[in-house]
Amino acid sequence: MTTNNKMFGILVPVISVLLGLIVGAIIMLSSGHNPIKGYVALWNGAFGDMYTLGETVRRTTPLILTGLAVAFAFKTGLFNIGAEGQVIVGWLAAVWIGLVVDAPMIIHLPLAIFTGALAGGLWGFLPGLLKAKLGVHEVIVTIMMNYIALYTTNEIIRSVLTDQKTTSEAISATASLASAWLQSLTFYSRVHYGIFIALFAAFIMWFIIQRTTYGYELKAVGFNQHASNYSGMNVSKNITLSMVLAGVFAGLAGAMEGLGTYGSISVMSGFTNLGFDGIAVALLGSNHAFGVVLAALLFGALKEGAGEMPTSAGVPTELVDIIIALIIFFVASSYMIRWAILRFKKEEN
Amino acid sequence: MEYAIEMLNIRKEFPGIVANDNITIQLKKGEIHALLGENGAGKSTLMNVLFGLYQPEKGEIRVKDKTVNITNPNIANDLGIGMVHQHFMLVEPFTVTQNIVLGKEPTNKFAMIDIAKARKEIQALSDRYGLMVDPDSKISDISVGMQQRVEILKTLYRGAEVLIFDEPTAVLTPQEISELMDIMQSLVQEGKSIILITHKLKEIMEVCDRCTVIRKGQGIGTVNVSDTNVTELASLMVGREVNFKTEKSEAKPGDNVLSIDNLFVKDTRKVELVKGLNLDVHAGEIVGIAGVDGNGQSELIEAITGLAKTSSGSIKVNNKEISNLSPRKITESGIGHIPQDRHKYGLVLDYSIGENIVLQTYYKKPYSKAKVLNYNEIFRKAKDVINEYDVRTPSAYTKARALSGGNQQKAIIGREVDRSPDLLIAAQPTRGLDVGAIEFIHKKLIEERDKGKAILLVSFELDEIMNVSDRIAVMFDGKVVANVKPEETTEQELGLLMAGSQVKAGENSHDHE
Repeated sequence: MTTNNKMFGILVPVISVLLGLIVGAIIMLSSGHNPIKGYVALWNGAFGDMYTLGETVRRTTPLILTGLAVAFAFKTGLFNIGAEGQVIVGWLAAVWIGLVVDAPMIIHLPLAIFTGALAGGLWGFLPGLLKAKLGVHEVIVTIMMNYIALYTTNEIIRSVLTDQKTTSEAISATASLASAWLQSLTFYSRVHYGIFIALFAAFIMWFIIQRTTYGYELKAVGFNQHASNYSGMNVSKNITLSMVLAGVFAGLAGAMEGLGTYGSISVMSGFTNLGFDGIAVALLGSNHAFGVVLAALLFGALKEGAGEMPTSAGVPTELVDIIIALIIFFVASSYMIRWAILRFKKEEN
Repeated sequence: MEYAIEMLNIRKEFPGIVANDNITIQLKKGEIHALLGENGAGKSTLMNVLFGLYQPEKGEIRVKDKTVNITNPNIANDLGIGMVHQHFMLVEPFTVTQNIVLGKEPTNKFAMIDIAKARKEIQALSDRYGLMVDPDSKISDISVGMQQRVEILKTLYRGAEVLIFDEPTAVLTPQEISELMDIMQSLVQEGKSIILITHKLKEIMEVCDRCTVIRKGQGIGTVNVSDTNVTELASLMVGREVNFKTEKSEAKPGDNVLSIDNLFVKDTRKVELVKGLNLDVHAGEIVGIAGVDGNGQSELIEAITGLAKTSSGSIKVNNKEISNLSPRKITESGIGHIPQDRHKYGLVLDYSIGENIVLQTYYKKPYSKAKVLNYNEIFRKAKDVINEYDVRTPSAYTKARALSGGNQQKAIIGREVDRSPDLLIAAQPTRGLDVGAIEFIHKKLIEERDKGKAILLVSFELDEIMNVSDRIAVMFDGKVVANVKPEETTEQELGLLMAGSQVKAGENSHDHE
């Protein structure tokens, strides 16, 4: 049973990705493009040289963190649609500290990262608390929190951080995650130290979930609240804690963008989509920390590589969005894939 | 002789295990045929073979003297085989009629569902077999017994000639059980044939004509019920002599461990169900609570264990007030609780057995240190409990969900008893278990008593109450209305007391002065 689940946890995403690419190829063929040229362009656009590799890693960084944010809440049976808003407030808080505090790097940078994480955590706390104490569904509340985050942040950028401008000043160098050696290694791509933070966060999530009493409680509450209560766990506390920690991961993703990629924050006309992509990443990564890293890398590569497709293969970038949608479709309909695998195994016997 | 169904020399293997080995069962037309076996003996597997969910490796299935090949449940349905599942498959917000026609909806000439026609048919079926089901009630509004009769109607509506009942009495109250027995009788009188999967010997003696016994996947044989008795059936099933009269020495009650004074508890709907209850349990004694379901037993236990708040009154354990403390504080003050609903409260089904064994102790040494779990210690403990309490599981890493009900229960009892609590609350500890497991659990409870622990046993089985308790507290309408000794009373007298009769008015005083 357990081995079966593990096998499905790996096979379903892998097969989904392959199916997504195959159907993507069929769409390219049917619209008069050469799928081999298209995929070569996609590959080159993502991994072709050190610069694109750097950019792919840069795109992957926040996706790992938002993927963790969704996966973590899911372990407690909660659906965190609010990663998007948590990213935005994390971004804002980190940049704010980066702008106004004057301190040496060893204090300034950690403080900015920490504040970003804290803001995300706070944005997760409220839906968590409402769910725990009043039973308000976290999906509704987190969706509303996303809009509150978006419009409040825009207003703060315009009225507080700047004087009716659309982009803040650049943060102090002492709060920047930019890395000279990573940049020189990758022909001055925007890759930054954040990737190490993201990987470390993935390790932390794995450790909390698999190895600590916190994880034991969070999972138990996710599986069976009645038994958790019976055994003396504090169900409300665990639900709230789960949303706070999920928010911390998403807040970190925002901090990575603010302190690493952009070094500033701009008024946003719409959502960043980092949080929503996090849902897809978590789904594809089977809600496992390691799976989330791989899924984030795949999505980062697809999104980065897409830029190369129109120029080298004449394939529109939208095709990558279609492929991503197909992959999600296949993962979500994993029942079909499970059925096919079992069928296949049965015939083997 | 024409048989309704014959399953001949069936063998079914799963990787690493032979679930059914050379089992033969022949169901005569118009008989009630028991399929008897311990939890995990292979009864369900055999019936799933008959129902087309599994394909046997060897053997033959014959329906009305014709060999058939049942490859899926639809074929079984077409052959007139219907299953009344133990866990009902009903849509709660739908009415009885809607549930029964689901998947086989009658239509009028405009291809619309003809619910009126279905309703009439169902009413007629219900009247014919004395099922007393209202076709218009919503499933969520009717009792468990009624829901089961809806399941029976479902099979009849689909034209079943052979009905398989999978442990139908496990979820019923004694009253509902006797109603079900009547219904089964009327079904066979109308020409249906019934296979009754069970491990309750009394029921077999009461309604069955013949009985096929399987043990550890092996067919042991078929006996005529009129030629046998409970003791013989039990030893056929378990493979050794079973002792029905629980052996125990005289209780030596010591200090008061639990004392409840004038307790009031409301349920989740704010209805007062415990109304001024007084109860004492001493070290070294088993107090059995007898009562009809719904007289406040569940609320009493929830109040003691911290799962429900009390309105007023006091609950003391070892002279310390524990009412309205958190479940953890109460657990730590020396209470163990074998919950009535093992799936809802007792286990996290998606956790391994090992993880379930430390459900209340995971945060303590040696199972964790500085919040980091030590899985070596957790599984070492789990293996000890598994061995000592005879939990039959492939390993400590197996998910609790994969175990049979009896083994899940043994794991819970192992966990609770192993913590060696001063007060052990056992709510329906043997519900749905076979005689072997029941015997084992009773022995463990008595062992704990003899170690000087206080035990509060709540059960709807009067046999169990009479056999195991040292003292019986009868609960009626939220109060303990009588305290009696099992050797000084009879089931009839208890029955009267449980119904609120005042025959023993002289003994109505409670027991702590």
